[in-house]
Amino acid sequence: MSVEAQGATNHRFLSAKAIRAWYVVHKWTSLVCTVFLLLLCITGLPLIFHEEIEHLSGDAVEAPALPPGTPAVSMDEVTEAPRAGKPGAVVRYLFWDNDDHPNITFVGVAPSAEAPPDAVRYTPVDTRTAAILKEAEEPGGFMYIMLKLHVDLFAGLPGTLFLGFMGLLFVAATVSGVVLYAPFMRRLPFGTMRRDRTARTKWLDMHNMLGMVTLVWVLVVGATGAINTLGELLFGVWRNGQLAEMVAPYRNEPALEKIGSIERALATARTAAPDMNLRFVAYPGTPFSSKHHFAVFMNGNTPLTARLVAPVLIDAKTAELTDMRDLPWYLTALLISQPLHFGDYGGLPMKILWAVLDILTIVILGSGLYLWVVRWKGASQPAVNASDTAGREQPV
Amino acid sequence: MRGGGRPTFTLGQIFAAPVGLAAVSAFGLTTALVGDGLWDIASWFCLGLPVAVSVWFGGPRRQRG
Repeated sequence: MSVEAQGATNHRFLSAKAIRAWYVVHKWTSLVCTVFLLLLCITGLPLIFHEEIEHLSGDAVEAPALPPGTPAVSMDEVTEAPRAGKPGAVVRYLFWDNDDHPNITFVGVAPSAEAPPDAVRYTPVDTRTAAILKEAEEPGGFMYIMLKLHVDLFAGLPGTLFLGFMGLLFVAATVSGVVLYAPFMRRLPFGTMRRDRTARTKWLDMHNMLGMVTLVWVLVVGATGAINTLGELLFGVWRNGQLAEMVAPYRNEPALEKIGSIERALATARTAAPDMNLRFVAYPGTPFSSKHHFAVFMNGNTPLTARLVAPVLIDAKTAELTDMRDLPWYLTALLISQPLHFGDYGGLPMKILWAVLDILTIVILGSGLYLWVVRWKGASQPAVNASDTAGREQPV
Repeated sequence: MRGGGRPTFTLGQIFAAPVGLAAVSAFGLTTALVGDGLWDIASWFCLGLPVAVSVWFGGPRRQRG
């Protein structure tokens, strides 16, 4: 949107002063975030298809076909496999992804009990045979670089929060753009592209049309992305709130000498929530559990409830149920915002639509940047007849 | 050009098409969360609409008359 829309004294929607103010908001919020948003859109593009890319590049793991109904071995055996020959190594997490990786348990192992959280490496293990399907790998490669640039700019939590702030600015830029759309379109039918005018006018029309047409998708993906950046903080709130409440009776217990059977703990969790699936387990002493518990996170069966997990705390010594609750609202909001950001909940056609909308967003960002550069270059020239020309080109 | 021949539109006219597209997009983002199968297909069509509209107006110039 441009300053040309300002100054219409007979304007019926916004005063000239209000338009000017919204324009300033639009300009500055956009200018600050655009470079980072371009980075997020470009790095996000391959991430939409990360599963397909893993399959094509041969990085995907699959459990071999076995006769249907082959029983699973004990989870104690499955979790032992990746530690074989690694004295001091400890299991920290387990997770399952039954839709995309059936019959596989991903076992997260740290080299020692004192190792930092980012030292955990995941080994895919066949749940039916305890065979290691692929050795754990150090992170790296193209997709890892894309992911890190997208999530934290290789700068950890501060990088993540910074990108979240850029996301908020982007939402503000989008909203202010919608406000400015009204005075701009006072005399132009929806979708007008003045192709016979200057490049600037053409791209201005393109910017406004695309911005308006893709509005809801852009807002939802932008806002849920910003919410996702708060994940680590929100889990910290949960740890100090609900988790602390659930494990309060163990506050004065002596430290565990030996962690008990994970097989028995999972059996207890399955009995406690028979209609749910195992999704994730945090071992005692990890940030997602207490020092005395396996925290078993179970999910539901519909596309929505599959995203929502319920923490089931199992005493790591006795394998008895300590407590089971629904997650608090802020983690529910976080978990629902994830698919809405990733676009991974409606099959390949949805991913393709996500990619096209992502590219359209790049066009909006690029055209916005172009319009600012052109305007900035022409700023020394006198604005001509700004009074009535909402949405009209300026003589260059 | 003030008060020239071109009509001016009301807020309702200006936002009719964007609000319609917004409603369809929002529906499309929601349906695939609810279920699989038909819900997914509904989502593809609803999210396909803003893409189609973008291409219709912003794509290569259409032949006229």
